[in-house]
Amino acid sequence: MSAPVLKLVAQRIAMGLLLLLAVSVLIFAGTQILPGDVAQSILGQSATPQALENLRRDMGLNDPAYIRYLRWLGGILTGDLGTALSSGQDIATSLKERLWNTLFLAFWAAVVSIPLAIMLGLLAVRYRNGFVDKLISGLGLASTSLPEFFTGYLLIYFVAVRLQWFPSVSTVYEGMPLGERLSAIALPVTVLTLVVLAHMMRMTRAAILNVMQSAYIETAELKGLSPLQIITRHAFPNAIAPIVNVVMLNLAFLVVGVVVVEVIFVYPGMGQYLVDHVAKRDVPVVQACGLVFAAVYISLNIIADIVAIVSNPRLRHPK
Amino acid sequence: MAKAPRKDKTGLLLDIQNLRIEATSYPPGEPPRNVVIVDDVSVKLERGKVLGLIGESGAGKSTIGLSSMCYGRGGVRITGGQVILNGRDLVKGGPRLLRQVRGKEVCYVAQSAAASFNPARKLMDQVIEAALLHRICSRAEAEKRAIGLFKKLGLPNPETFGQRFPHQVSGGQLQRAMTAMALCSEPDLIVFDEPTTALDVTTQIDVLASIKEAIHDTNVAALYITHDLAVVAQVADDIMVLRHGKLVEYGDTRQIIKEPRQQYTNQLVSVHHIPHEQKNPNDAPVLAVNNITAAYGGGLVKVLKNVTVDVHLGQTLAVVGESGSGKSTLARAITGLLPPMEGSITFNGRTLSPRLANRTRNDLRELQMIYQMADVAMNPRQTIGTIIGRPLEFYFGMRGRERDARVRELLDKIEMGTGFADRYPAELSGGQKQRVCIARALAAKPKLIICDEVTSALDPLVADGILKLLLDLQKDENVAYIFITHDLAVVKSIADAIAVMYRGEVVRYGPKTEVLKPPFDAYTDLLLSSVPEMELGWLEGAMKNRRMASAGN
Repeated sequence: MSAPVLKLVAQRIAMGLLLLLAVSVLIFAGTQILPGDVAQSILGQSATPQALENLRRDMGLNDPAYIRYLRWLGGILTGDLGTALSSGQDIATSLKERLWNTLFLAFWAAVVSIPLAIMLGLLAVRYRNGFVDKLISGLGLASTSLPEFFTGYLLIYFVAVRLQWFPSVSTVYEGMPLGERLSAIALPVTVLTLVVLAHMMRMTRAAILNVMQSAYIETAELKGLSPLQIITRHAFPNAIAPIVNVVMLNLAFLVVGVVVVEVIFVYPGMGQYLVDHVAKRDVPVVQACGLVFAAVYISLNIIADIVAIVSNPRLRHPK
Repeated sequence: MAKAPRKDKTGLLLDIQNLRIEATSYPPGEPPRNVVIVDDVSVKLERGKVLGLIGESGAGKSTIGLSSMCYGRGGVRITGGQVILNGRDLVKGGPRLLRQVRGKEVCYVAQSAAASFNPARKLMDQVIEAALLHRICSRAEAEKRAIGLFKKLGLPNPETFGQRFPHQVSGGQLQRAMTAMALCSEPDLIVFDEPTTALDVTTQIDVLASIKEAIHDTNVAALYITHDLAVVAQVADDIMVLRHGKLVEYGDTRQIIKEPRQQYTNQLVSVHHIPHEQKNPNDAPVLAVNNITAAYGGGLVKVLKNVTVDVHLGQTLAVVGESGSGKSTLARAITGLLPPMEGSITFNGRTLSPRLANRTRNDLRELQMIYQMADVAMNPRQTIGTIIGRPLEFYFGMRGRERDARVRELLDKIEMGTGFADRYPAELSGGQKQRVCIARALAAKPKLIICDEVTSALDPLVADGILKLLLDLQKDENVAYIFITHDLAVVKSIADAIAVMYRGEVVRYGPKTEVLKPPFDAYTDLLLSSVPEMELGWLEGAMKNRRMASAGN
């Protein structure tokens, strides 16, 4: 890789880290603005003022906000996300397991949906404005417009209850065999796929159609290439950047936006964890979850940027 | 199933009979209409022969050229006639036959090679793609063949040239690479669609010479499409003159350029012979550019070095040079768009502020510009009357009837009727659009108009009309022109003084007769000798007598 590319990539990564820092400030500030008092919520309504004061001092809650922020940030950097108020457990430990579960779900949803979306996009371009194109677009848009809880319950009713192919509750535990695990997450993966498929497919179609206007597509056609060869050999390589962009946005959604789906299928992932602790007003957990979500979101977008840079021959091979 | 093509050396290769090509146009606010683009044209081409297709834009040359591959660009349909290649009718052949023929028996070289190469793939992959696709030879063999072609076409480092990406080589080199791509599968026919039109005059001659040599050595037949009769005269055996999709005249090259039978052909042949007597410099110049140095990137890239030129009232200074020589940058410096780092500009006796923002409204009014692309220089949502009326309002505060009367007067001056005032730019032809731009510049009653390649995008006959108009207007209005162009024929027709620019410097400057009188410096010689002349065998003579290689090499 050449120097300008490395420089651009380094810039993107630095920007991402800076952005993450800014997000951490926002998250911290946001939870400070919220009403409520941590000491109060730990000790409950019946606590004496003296006990509250002692706990506040012990937890450093009387320190100025910026010191508490720096302490929190320092903890994060050393892997210490604090302890959950509701259960007293170490957040990092319980989060790790949950995050891994969420990533597992997102990974399999991505494995199914991304190749499927790109393939359908290519097919839609190949048969553009024809029946196949309209069918793909119509079904894709229909599946996206249905809210995920609706498709989720539909699937539970038909596939889990009537047909009994897959379980309706996606319970997973440590040491579960991969086959069983996959069977357990089959329904949430299907729902997630249906949600993100159309967006990626439509963008793939649009990006490739845009490239299809170029003069070099005509050149390819006049070489005698078949329509599918033209799309895969000449159009697709030039449409990678916009496609990767939308794929990464959807990947981010798969990780960050699974809250509803995890709740429906009672899947022990980040979303479920977050929802539980929002209900319990467990501020440290909400902060930690917010930061993890932000980190995932930002890093996926950085990856999209980097792929766009690396896939551009002008940047990769300067004059 | 199609028969395998015969590989004879002689005999009929392409036989297009009574070709009719139509398209559907969608004019705004009207029902769709059927437009006949090519009407009853027949073309016969023997193996190994080169046929030139010539005509103005809209004559249907490219459409006919592409019909030999049975390809309709942008929804164009072949609605009648036959296209028989190697004994098979392509129109009836269906997509399978077309895919077999395209890239194997017929190859295409486009006008803009820069746009016709896939930016994401290496040149070698693209050059040998058709040969591999049609299983003409193995990859190793195809690469060997491509390297040989790179060598033959005079490309630098032929062994490694194919490893580059399109953006890493120059326009002239890409055009040659595209020719190599067409030759690589050893087709029977190549369609060259204006392959040198987008190139600099000095590069054009190189590319033209290598194309001619390649055609000669490989004995491939060719359709050579161009609007430049002098160019086609160098490569073609026969020439077909087309106009409005119909055949005007068909004959061998000598007959067409020496004894044209049709009046239209005669017009094409005699284009660019506008008599123009040189005016000698009068006392004080209206514009004096003194030792200007200008740069982009905060002084990093110097694009003008110590340029000094004068323009006299009522006269024309032509600035010539190839792309990248700094011609347009000089215009940007004079207009204040690119403030020079050093030097001064005196206009009408006063020193102009280097920055556009610091100039008075009167400075702006007296110095107007006309651009190459007339259609992007006008707001498509304004009527012609509004476009021409705008400077009248802005500089003179004219309103209502007074302004409309003046707009009518100006339309009259550019030889367009008053009916045009209510039309939109999209409804005008290229030449009419450029006329409107001239009227807009004139509306400000300027002392000097900078014309930046104003005729480059126009057909020769239309360009001629614009040049004549500019000369007439100069006589009437006593306005001075700076005429930026790469076309030396234009210079001869219009200039009183000439400045030849090369890499940001003025290498030769003076009255027209002196600049065009030998002995020449090497660069002026290269420029002058590169302009195609309508003579048989001019190309060979010009290549032999060159003293320096062009910058594109």
